[in-house]
Amino acid sequence: MGAGHAHPLHLPRDSAVHRLPPQVKIVAAFLGVVCVVATPREAFIVFAGYPLVLGAVWWAARIPLGWILRRAVIELPFVVLAVLLPLTGPDPRIEWLGMSLSEPGLLGAWNILVKGTLGVLTSLTLAATTSMRDLLVGLQRLRAPALVTTIATLMLRYVDVIVAEAGRMRLARISRGHDPRFLWQAGATARGVGALFVRSYERGERVHLAMLSRGWSGTMPVLSTAGLATRRAWMVGLAPVAVAAVLAGSGWVIV
Amino acid sequence: MSGSTHDSVVAMHMSDGLVNAPTSLLFGAVALVWLVLAALRARADLDDRTAPMAGLVTAFVFAVQMINFPILPGASGHLLGGALVAILVGPWVGTLCIAIVLVVQALLFADGGLTALGTNITNMALIGVVVGYGVALALRPLARRGKGGLAATAFVAAFLNTVVAALGFVVEYAIGGSGGASLGTVFGLMVGLHALIGIGEGVITAATVTAVAAVRPDLVYLLRHERRPLLRRAAGAAS
Repeated sequence: MGAGHAHPLHLPRDSAVHRLPPQVKIVAAFLGVVCVVATPREAFIVFAGYPLVLGAVWWAARIPLGWILRRAVIELPFVVLAVLLPLTGPDPRIEWLGMSLSEPGLLGAWNILVKGTLGVLTSLTLAATTSMRDLLVGLQRLRAPALVTTIATLMLRYVDVIVAEAGRMRLARISRGHDPRFLWQAGATARGVGALFVRSYERGERVHLAMLSRGWSGTMPVLSTAGLATRRAWMVGLAPVAVAAVLAGSGWVIV
Repeated sequence: MSGSTHDSVVAMHMSDGLVNAPTSLLFGAVALVWLVLAALRARADLDDRTAPMAGLVTAFVFAVQMINFPILPGASGHLLGGALVAILVGPWVGTLCIAIVLVVQALLFADGGLTALGTNITNMALIGVVVGYGVALALRPLARRGKGGLAATAFVAAFLNTVVAALGFVVEYAIGGSGGASLGTVFGLMVGLHALIGIGEGVITAATVTAVAAVRPDLVYLLRHERRPLLRRAAGAAS
């Protein structure tokens, strides 16, 4: 538990992107997605440009393409939802392979799919290159209220506590012959959830006291080498955003 | 922890591009105003003892969102946590807790779009928490009566929190939805599915709140003025 508190989507590497100050990466990711969402959906060709920008970032961050794509299946539920849209959407309809598809529905599905996918890929890129504590430091430097960073820090600390406690309880259940399936696991989960909360709180209380006794003051101590953002760091970090902004702008021109 | 994160997308997290840019902006502004208000008001509720509680509730919502229970083939539900945090730590701190969960999920787990943060926070941290707390407050006389009353209060608050938050999505979709689905379809899908999720949410919220109230009644915000004020003070002095 005392380890680096890695999150499952983090890919530790030593690259220029990993070394960028976290606040730069958060702002860049956010602005990048804003550009994608602001692009008109009919500007089909422009959407081919965004993956190239992301690809360049992955190359610079030394993230393998397969690593990103495997984790992009996060998005699958949305794909299912989007498939419904052409079938249920309003008129006018077009015939395709014997099916009657709604044209606004098709456009809507394309819109959700492409923008959702690009959003997920951007978030994945941020997550892969930023550790949890770097993210907190980044939020702190972006002037998030101390209250918020305190709760967020404690939350990330306690996630480990809860996961460990839940693991112990699950092991205890299974070793007593529990084999949950379908809806019936809801009952066991729900009954266990109350106990899990109380057990975690009691452990968490001790963790908090330990943190206090080690001098924790409510803010994240800045230990990492990622220093304050220099002008150069901002320029490097925002360069892909500038390309994305040009792409979004050209989308409006050609439509 | 890994591998289970993708399941938690199903319930209410909206992705980028689901609503258009002006709508995202509008609800981003709504969410921001609400968060600033909550941050200002939460200060009064948060001290050395309640800060770790808030952290734990936040972590709990975060972790429990990864425990999914299947509802229908291909669809699973998870706790949204609005009513739970409102009852345990109050509406202001609770708002911050849910918002933090959503921000961390969007930034680190690619769960919910970055530009959809405004709409997601509006649905779950504003509508969810306000409805959950409002219902719980209205039913507080019932909750004071004992374990059964408290469980019923938590259940109803959590159920309505889920369904009304789903309605919030329908409203956002009506204002700026970029999909081609008709509003009726979206309404039926969202509200129908979330009525089912709401039952699970209600069960889990009731179980959690009653478990906490049984062991540590001093930690239940909704009942903070009701029971054993001496115990609260003693617990406060302990940390």
